[in-house]
Amino acid sequence: MNLDNRLVVNPFGHDKDFAGCSIFGMMSLEGNRFGSKDPVKAISNMHERSNGLGGGFAIYGIYPDFKDYYAMHIMYLSKDAKQRTDKILASCFNIIYDEELQTKPANVIDPPIIWRYFVEPKKNRPKDQTPDDCVLDAVMRINTETGKAFVFSSGKDMGVFKGVGFPEDIANYFCLEDYEGYLWSCHGRFPTNTPGWWGGAHPFNILDWTVVHNGELSSYGINRRYLEMYGYKCTLQTDTEVLAYAVDLLMRKQRLPIKIVSQILASPFWAEIDQMEPKKRVVLRALRQTYGSLLMNGPFSIIVAHHGEMIGLTDRIKLRPMMAATRDSMLYLSSEEAAIRLVSPNLDKVWSARGGEPIIGRIGNKTAVQNQSKMEIE
Amino acid sequence: MKSYLPPEYIVERDENKCIRCKVCVNQCTYETHSYDAEDDVIRSKDENCVNCQRCVTFCPTHAITIKKNPTAYRENANLTPEVINDIKKQAETGGILLTGMGCDKPELTYWDRILVNASQVTNPSIDPLREPMEIRTYLGAKPDALELEYSNDDVELKTQLTPQLTLEVPIMFSAMSYGAISLNTHESLARAATKAGTYFNTGEGGLDPSLYKYGEHTIVQVASGRFGVHSQYLHAGAAVEIKIGQGAKPGIGGHLPGEKVTAEVSRTRMIPLGTDALSPAPQHDIYSIEDLRQLIFALKEATNYEKPISVKIAAVHNVAAIASGIVRAGADIVAIDGVRGSTGAAPKVIRDNVGIPIEMALASVDQRLRDEGIRNRASIVAAGGFRSSGDILKAIALGADAVYIATAALVAMGCTVCQKCYTGKCPWGLATPDAWIGKRINPDIASERLMNLLRGWSHEIREMMGGMGVNSIESLRGNRLHLRGVGLTDTELKILGIKMAGD
Amino acid sequence: MATQQISQEGISQKFFANVVQERGVWKVNAENMHYRELNTLLRELDSLGAKHVELTNVYGQRYLGTDLKTKMKIDIYGTPGNDLASFMDGPSIEVHGNAQDCTGNTMNSGQIVIHGRAGDITGYGMRGGKVFIRDDVGYRVGIHMKEYMENKPTMIVGGTAEDFLGEYMAGGILLVLGLNLKKGEAHRARYVGTGMHAGIIYVRGEIGNLGKEVKKMEIDDEDLTIIKALVKEYCGYFDKDFDDVMKGKFIKIVPYSHRPYGRIYAY
Repeated sequence: MNLDNRLVVNPFGHDKDFAGCSIFGMMSLEGNRFGSKDPVKAISNMHERSNGLGGGFAIYGIYPDFKDYYAMHIMYLSKDAKQRTDKILASCFNIIYDEELQTKPANVIDPPIIWRYFVEPKKNRPKDQTPDDCVLDAVMRINTETGKAFVFSSGKDMGVFKGVGFPEDIANYFCLEDYEGYLWSCHGRFPTNTPGWWGGAHPFNILDWTVVHNGELSSYGINRRYLEMYGYKCTLQTDTEVLAYAVDLLMRKQRLPIKIVSQILASPFWAEIDQMEPKKRVVLRALRQTYGSLLMNGPFSIIVAHHGEMIGLTDRIKLRPMMAATRDSMLYLSSEEAAIRLVSPNLDKVWSARGGEPIIGRIGNKTAVQNQSKMEIE
Repeated sequence: MKSYLPPEYIVERDENKCIRCKVCVNQCTYETHSYDAEDDVIRSKDENCVNCQRCVTFCPTHAITIKKNPTAYRENANLTPEVINDIKKQAETGGILLTGMGCDKPELTYWDRILVNASQVTNPSIDPLREPMEIRTYLGAKPDALELEYSNDDVELKTQLTPQLTLEVPIMFSAMSYGAISLNTHESLARAATKAGTYFNTGEGGLDPSLYKYGEHTIVQVASGRFGVHSQYLHAGAAVEIKIGQGAKPGIGGHLPGEKVTAEVSRTRMIPLGTDALSPAPQHDIYSIEDLRQLIFALKEATNYEKPISVKIAAVHNVAAIASGIVRAGADIVAIDGVRGSTGAAPKVIRDNVGIPIEMALASVDQRLRDEGIRNRASIVAAGGFRSSGDILKAIALGADAVYIATAALVAMGCTVCQKCYTGKCPWGLATPDAWIGKRINPDIASERLMNLLRGWSHEIREMMGGMGVNSIESLRGNRLHLRGVGLTDTELKILGIKMAGD
Repeated sequence: MATQQISQEGISQKFFANVVQERGVWKVNAENMHYRELNTLLRELDSLGAKHVELTNVYGQRYLGTDLKTKMKIDIYGTPGNDLASFMDGPSIEVHGNAQDCTGNTMNSGQIVIHGRAGDITGYGMRGGKVFIRDDVGYRVGIHMKEYMENKPTMIVGGTAEDFLGEYMAGGILLVLGLNLKKGEAHRARYVGTGMHAGIIYVRGEIGNLGKEVKKMEIDDEDLTIIKALVKEYCGYFDKDFDDVMKGKFIKIVPYSHRPYGRIYAY
């Protein structure tokens, strides 16, 4: 099936145009799975925001038959790397099933081999190591020890498909028309700091956490050093990597709720904190004192997803765009409103994110919460 | 014994400009100038002049110039005039040569070979004149994680944070003891720290009761001589600092020459008038790391766990391991003083040859603590000759939570770095315990000068942060990606943890 | 009404499929048109002397309305992309929906009416012309608006704005009505007018958190006359009740000085 739903190919050449990255998220709040048509159409509409050096998708709910196993998508740049990786996998996991990801010819640049494994952690792992930690450990090992293998995703019943090409071409390459999921997050990349390479495309992932990001983290140097103290190794040469690890550390390991986490990643200013009522002031001050090195400085808008939740967040002075909208039980997040309108011309509610306040879509919740103001859907 | 030493400086007076107002005679504390009433002329004894620039600054007609004595020995890059004279001095006295202020030798400053980033295009600069730019800092131990309690829409903090110091600017006034400096200088520092929302350190000479009112902005120091250390002193401050060493004289103790032990100093330090106040080299109850832990907790008990405890060390070879030990011993703050740190009196050979630059020490301590996973347990304060907001910003990017300044603070108040502090005759009223000369420092004016310094530097720090696209200092702290090196070897770059410019 | 395929002289053949002319209105179907093609078409229509153009199926095409010489009227159905009417000089644009970011960027003259909201950075560097927005606007709106003699930009926002409103304003008029705020709710924008050194911001309702370069003042008769005229126009476009709007309390925000940063640098 040939999907040709981006704007007419620009006949004037791409060199002069540049913009930032584009992000798009779409989630059925009832958990109903849907296909690639709308997400791909929307992200392609924002073609101007990327330069063809990266595109990617995270899709949740795509492996219903294997949903109790961790689905690992791993990229190999050499045969050796696969051998070394297979050794690591075999030592940590029982491999239930594995195969190369299905692809077809498309306009993408230098694709590496990408393999898919369904695994479960072996019973003989250290007693205090949870299955999740076992997978985290294996991922760090693969990313650092094999030299040329990198894990794209490692969560259950979800997967990341990404590479060097426009998002619509990536979707084509990975035959995304064959998949259905209840949450899609998409990204089109315009890299400036690092060369376009398959590992550097978004979404970034650890376990079932994915992050797509528009912007640049001026705090990356310290975010990274703080996370390294907790065993996360940043190998993918892109600042967004720290966001994925930060949410894993804060939300999974330390069990902090998203509202608190967004107050860590996008803290209010001291001037505001000083004006708050005492109990709240104590909490927010302690958050900044303790987690100051995880403050994400610099312009950003991100979509963080994991099973059951899609979260949109911008930096506290909203230097990057993020629009949200709902239609029936579908929640949309996007860099530009036009992309949402293209796939859903009639919308129930449309609103713009506010700096530092998360927009949270949760399965079963008819409310897409934006911190202070709750947007009722039904 | 006849001295073979020529005068270091020559005083030149323009007779046409000199109006015989005798300000120079009154201002000079080294008795260089004298008025000859008969001839109505002012004469100067070159051999007394230390080039403190006091008379030059105050002469209303700018009639005086101090020149380096051009009686030059034959040029010799190895045996410089300074070296030759030092040897002669020792031959004449048989003693240890003393000096003041910080090491003045070339090649030891890395700040000049480290450059700072700015953003363009991909990450916009932020305009500090119009957008919030946060430089507030909290010093103290931080937990690895917070425990929170949730009820309905409310969140409550369960984790108890240990006591913290709140700094509105990441710059504090470093330890200068009363006795090494005048009471008015101490007061000026205290006032400026209070107004600016930061702290000043008492140094090892105790705290005069008249300054207790600034207690909330005071860090009281406990050094090996335990001068002025009593219960009220400990309770007076906002934090207690254990001094193990200082950058200007690592390994040896403090030294206040007898000339500087006046009646007031005698009272505050509780030692006889006119004796040399020597702080022993080691703290005699700390001979191993567990002893330090013991002292830290002794102080915590003595202050009812209400104040952060800081430990100050000199930057020496294995400073990273030492710092790690100190953090594990329970210190809330580790202060590291580099080779450029100043002093009121130190043996010259030690000031100039012992210790390592703060840039290297800071970088390696910060990295080592992170490698061991304990960086959160204590804040790092860097000290040692910070000269500008550029130096300070680079220190923070390397990993410092805050910096201590002393040299720059004195210069702001009038010091010209003539290095004669140990004589106690500082004509600027700074490095002297003499109450009469000390009057030359007016705390109203001197504290305003210090405030101006802090204010100007804060603005500059904000401008540079904005240029980097960072609007909170937490995002710059330890963020070495914003630094690059020039003219550094691979090893130096590796230790500093920064890349080469262009990389 | 019959649509006639009038000879499309002067328009490139590749556009024929997208354009029909109907009773003096050129109707353009923008579906699948790249913004360069769409803007080229607009320029061609402009040079033909088209007075009224209607664009439908607009989904994110940027820079619409830029570089047109005449005062044509453009109706937009759909969601125009970023930088709508940037550097625009003359035309009049009506958006039947929401606009995105950077609307009216460095606009020189002309008019924009938006039946919905506009995004961040609206009116950046505006030098003239008028912008009417029915609902809210985003962050950093009205930055560095400037004026000279009769070139005076005006922006009227029916709803509320976010932080950094009127930052570094150097001229022009910004009017924020707050019509969709709840009773008793104040405008929540912070750092309003930071760096402002000329121009006026009128606000209907309560607003706090101003930049340190500006102060709030009561309005006088001259202000009231200006406000009434603008509100009348606003109500006309969006079918609102003039008296209802004028019931609210208006204040103005003006800068203390023309040179707010004169003292910050030293020798």
